[in-house]
Amino acid sequence: MKFVEQCPADASADLIYRVCPMHLLEPMELIKDLKTGQVLEILTDYDGALEDIPAWCAKHGQEFVGLCEDTEQEGCYKLYIRKLH
Amino acid sequence: MHIVYLDHAGATPVRPEVLEAMLPYFSEKFGNPSAVYDLGAAVKDAVEEQRAKVAALVGAEAKNIIFTSSGAEANNLAIKGVCLARQQKGRHLIVSGIEHHSVLNAARYLEKFHDFEATFLPVDKYGRVDPERLAKALTPATVLVSIQHASNEIGTIQDLPRLAAVCRQAGVPLHTDAIATAGLVPIDVQALGVDLLSLNGSGLSGPKGIGALYFRPGLRLVPQIHGGIQEDGRRGGTENVPGIIGLGRAAELARQELPQRAASLQKLRDRLVTGVLTEVPEVIYTGHPEQRLPGHASFCVEGIEGEALLFMLSRQGIYANTGSACASKALKTSPVLCALGIRPDLAQGSIVFTFSSSNREEDVSAVLRELPAAVAKLRSFSPVWRKRAAGGAA
Repeated sequence: MKFVEQCPADASADLIYRVCPMHLLEPMELIKDLKTGQVLEILTDYDGALEDIPAWCAKHGQEFVGLCEDTEQEGCYKLYIRKLH
Repeated sequence: MHIVYLDHAGATPVRPEVLEAMLPYFSEKFGNPSAVYDLGAAVKDAVEEQRAKVAALVGAEAKNIIFTSSGAEANNLAIKGVCLARQQKGRHLIVSGIEHHSVLNAARYLEKFHDFEATFLPVDKYGRVDPERLAKALTPATVLVSIQHASNEIGTIQDLPRLAAVCRQAGVPLHTDAIATAGLVPIDVQALGVDLLSLNGSGLSGPKGIGALYFRPGLRLVPQIHGGIQEDGRRGGTENVPGIIGLGRAAELARQELPQRAASLQKLRDRLVTGVLTEVPEVIYTGHPEQRLPGHASFCVEGIEGEALLFMLSRQGIYANTGSACASKALKTSPVLCALGIRPDLAQGSIVFTFSSSNREEDVSAVLRELPAAVAKLRSFSPVWRKRAAGGAA
């Protein structure tokens, strides 16, 4: 598990309370609109995302920057992806 | 016998154009919108077109519309969904005391099962919520306010922009049940200042069994129907595609026709109100005299029971309502009329007429011909009324 402090992001996907696999589907769409080098923030309350998103990044050649707990919302996480291509 | 149907707040016939749009989606266009093959993808495209039409009716973006199974489900999703999503901030919500049961009972559910406290705001004699009273009811623990756009029982339209300003200042989202107003009154969620808005198909002369909820971008909801990723993961369950197509077509027609429709309904309504108040002694007009739904006329008639009056009129082919279907079936006094301060015995004489574009001047004439005689006949059976007419105390 790769942890980071709060990371500046160029776009954000709020997946809190939204069912699996929205934590993969919506970021896949949003990252298409980013430029190479830009960062997408993903907000989620779904534990499975902590494994799924790094695995998705590895499979699709994107950089998983890391994750941190959401200090504003108990039980939620922020994950960061940098677009590489 | 010619039927005069004046209970459009209760149910509306599906317009032929709407039915025509729906029919292919029961048969040849039956695909599941979640399917990846063409048959499903084409249906998904059609669903998204309807989402845009519903959004346009209320001045929103398509991505902020969730389709539901009814207006009641939309109200439940708004109230339970937002309160549960925000419960870390507090466990207090405010609703007006004259809301539909799908709002009142959703609030009571949160009290009973989730340790919330609900404030049921009183209204004035016209059924309006006072913004100052709302401001006083807000607490640091308040996470949602829900106040209807208009009442289908008394027709009164709330001053939502002023109420929304109070909520905005406190940082509390405002939900409104617009089931009675959508398609009859112009709606722009930005101008009204609301964060959530419910509507349904039947109110738009569309099908029953379909509703929609608008939610402000960024507002989180806990799903209330747990399932798949339909509605972007906010409401599970395979979509009611024919219903969605019908709602979209009805919303499109309503948006095009709204100005003319409102004017024609108001004309019929005003003639009925003037006639009833002139022809029937000892009747009060309930709700706000001006800030009300264009095709809505509601009265309380002294010395009779509304149910008996409905029965008498129905024998002449005139179909109206007493207001709240739930309260009337249980022969209970309407809580909405009680909230206006109307005496319980007078509230028993409630009768509500609601028009649509299908009604004509002859329908008003029929009511004005039959109603005074029906009221007089019922009163002649009433010992209380006879005593009163003879000069005794009622």
